[in-house]
Amino acid sequence: MTAGPLLSVTDLVVDFKTRAGNARVLDHISLDVKEGEILGIVGESGCGKSMTALSIMGLVPNPPGKITSGSIKLGDQELVDMDIEALRKIRGKEIGMIFQEPMTSLNPVFTVGEQIAESVRLHENVGAKAAHARAVEMLKAVEIPEPEARAHAYPHQLSGGMRQRVMIAMALSCRPRVLIADEPTTALDTTVQAQIFDLLQNLQDETGTAIVLITHDMGAIAELADTVAVMYAGKIVEKGKVDRVLSHPDHPYTKGLIACVPHLSANPAAISERLMEIPGVVPALTDLGTGCAFAPRCSEVITKCRTDSPRLFETQPEHKAACWVAQKEMT
Amino acid sequence: MGLGQILAKRVGYGLVLLIAVLILNFTLITVAPGDVADSIAGDMGGADATVMAEIRERYGLDKPFLLQLWAYVSKVAFLDLGYSYFYNTPVTTLILEKLPATLLLVFSSQILAITVGTLLGVMAARKPNGFVSMCVTFLSLFGFAAPVFWSGILLIIAFVSIFPIFPVGGMSSAIMEGGFFARAVDIAYHLFLPMVTLASIYLALYSRLTRASMLEVLGSDYVRTARAKGLAENKVFYKHALKNSLGPLVTVAGLQFSAVMSGAVVVEAVFNWPGLGTLALQSILARDTPTIMGILFFSSFVVIIVNIVTDIVLRLIDPRIRSS
Ligand SMILES: Nc1ncnc2c1ncn2[C@@H]1O[C@H](COP(=O)(O)OP(=O)(O)O)[C@@H](O)[C@H]1O
Ligand SMILES: [Mg+2]
Repeated sequence: MTAGPLLSVTDLVVDFKTRAGNARVLDHISLDVKEGEILGIVGESGCGKSMTALSIMGLVPNPPGKITSGSIKLGDQELVDMDIEALRKIRGKEIGMIFQEPMTSLNPVFTVGEQIAESVRLHENVGAKAAHARAVEMLKAVEIPEPEARAHAYPHQLSGGMRQRVMIAMALSCRPRVLIADEPTTALDTTVQAQIFDLLQNLQDETGTAIVLITHDMGAIAELADTVAVMYAGKIVEKGKVDRVLSHPDHPYTKGLIACVPHLSANPAAISERLMEIPGVVPALTDLGTGCAFAPRCSEVITKCRTDSPRLFETQPEHKAACWVAQKEMT
Repeated sequence: MGLGQILAKRVGYGLVLLIAVLILNFTLITVAPGDVADSIAGDMGGADATVMAEIRERYGLDKPFLLQLWAYVSKVAFLDLGYSYFYNTPVTTLILEKLPATLLLVFSSQILAITVGTLLGVMAARKPNGFVSMCVTFLSLFGFAAPVFWSGILLIIAFVSIFPIFPVGGMSSAIMEGGFFARAVDIAYHLFLPMVTLASIYLALYSRLTRASMLEVLGSDYVRTARAKGLAENKVFYKHALKNSLGPLVTVAGLQFSAVMSGAVVVEAVFNWPGLGTLALQSILARDTPTIMGILFFSSFVVIIVNIVTDIVLRLIDPRIRSS
C-alpha cells in the first residue's frame, strides 16, 4: 500500500460561462482519497458536488464549463488536460461512477447484462461469453435476485433500487481503484437507501475500493465515511476525519447541517421544536461578493466575514475549516 | 403480448382497412361523372343510346350499385381485379408487370434517404454549429421547398444535357444483351436519377429529424453514463445515442410511405419510369376504371404492409414498446 493518497485533487477551479456572467462553480477545491477509504462530500444542492465528480471523470460539460486551473492526480497520473484516449482508459476502468438518477442513467434500449458486459469488454481483453459471465457475477455481487435472468432484463423492467444496484455493478465491473457515487440514493425510498448504503459498505469491505461518496445526507456520512469534506457555494468550508468533524464542527454551516440530523445533534433539545434547517438560500455563483459566501445566512457572522473570504486553516491536525470566527477562537 | 399475437392483430386490422379502401374506391369511381361507356363512345367518335346501353350491359354497369360493389369485392378476394378493356389484359397481370419497377424505385429511394439522412443527421448533431449541420439545414429548406418534378427536371438538365452521364429516362437500354449482372447494372444506371430525385425530399426530412432527436438524446443521463464507462465518442454516438433516436425516424418513415408512393407517380412521369405511376396516369387519361381501382388497391396493400413492418421494427428497436 502506498503512503500517498490514491486520488488527489489540488486547487481545482471550474468556471461556467453563463448569460449572467462567469460562474465559479468550483473554487480551489482540494481533496485527498486514500486507498480503501471512504471520503464523504456533503453540502446543499448546487454547491458543486456533482461538478467535482464530473471534473475527476473529465466529463465537465464543455461548453459552457471548463477546468480553469488545478490538478487531479490518480496515483502519479495527472488527469487534467490528459489526452482523451488515455482518459478513456481510466474512465470505467480505474475510476467507476454511479449517478444520482438510476431511472435515467441506464440506456433503455439495451439489457442491463449487455450494458455491464460492454464495460468489461471495453477494458479487458475478454470475449462476449466471459463478459456476460462477469456481468451475471456482478449482478450477484450487488445482491440482485436471479442474476442470470435479470441480466436479460431491460432497465424499465427493474425498480429504481434494482437499477441503482445495476449501476453499482457496472461501475465496479472492471474492479476500479476509485468509485465515485454521486448521491446514489437521493432518488430512492428510505428503506432502499439503507440497503444501497449497506451494499456499498459491504462491497468496500470486500474489494477495498476507495469511494468518494457524495450526498447531502449527514447521517449517511456519519455511518459510512472515514473523512468528510463540507462544500458551500463551490468551496470546501470544512474537512477532516468524520468523527472529529461531527463531534467538533468548526464551521457554522457544518454545525447547521449536523443539526438537521436529529440523532447526530449534540443538543437534541435545542432542535426538538422543529426539524432544523439553515435559513436562507445559496447565493448565485455569478455575484459572490468578496466576503464569505455563507455570511448572509450565518448566525455567528462578524464584520470581517462580509469583506474578506476566509481560507481553510488547520484548527486541529487533519481538521480544517474556512471560518473567521473559528480562526479567531483558535488564536 | 407476443409478437405473433400482435402480428395477427395488425394483419386483421390491415384486412379490414383494405376492404374499406376497396369500398371507398369503388364508390368514388362510380359517383364520378362519366364511365367506361362514355370513354369507349368517345374513342369511337360518338355512339347512339342503344350502343351505349349495350356497352353498359356488357360491363355490368346497368346493375344496381350494391350488386356491382358486391361483385367487385368478391372478385378481388380471389385477386381478380377485373379486365382492362384499354390494355386488353387482366388488371392483375398488368399491375404485377409494373409493380416491381415501382417497388424498386420506392424502396431504393427510401433506403438511400434513410441511411444517408441518418448519417447526415448524426454528423450534424455531433457538431450542431458545424459545416455538416449547416448543410443539413440548407438541404432541408431546399428539400421541403422544391417540388419533386422540378428537382427531377433540374437533375435531368444537369446530368443528361450538360454532363451527359445518365440516360434521360426509361428503365433499361433498348437493345440489351448479356446476363443477369449486365442487366442489373443497366437498370441501376437508369434508376440512379429517379431514385435520387425521389430520395431528395425525404433525405432532407430524415436528416433534420435525426439531428433533432440525436440532440435531444445526447443530453440524456445514459449518454453521460456511456462516456463515464470510457466508451469512445463514435460508440457513444452510433450505438448508445443513435439506437434511441431511431424511434421517431422509423415512425415518420412509416407514416410517410404513402406520400412516397404518390411522389413516385410524379417521378415516374418525369423519368418515363415504367411503373405503376405511369400506368396510373395512362389509365386515368383513358378512364380505364378497373385499372385505376386495381392500382389504388395495390398501393393501399403495399402501404398497409409497410405500416405493419414499421410497427415490428419499432418493437425491435425499443423494448419499452414491446412490453407495453
Ligand atoms: N450547464 C451548466 N451551466 C451553468 N451552470 C451550471 C451548469 N451545470 C451546473 N451548473 C452550476 O454549477 C453549480 C454546481 O452544480 P452541481 O455540481 O450539479 O451541484 P450539486 O451536485 O452539489 O447539487 C450549480 O450552482 C449549478 O448552477
Ligand atoms: Mg448533484
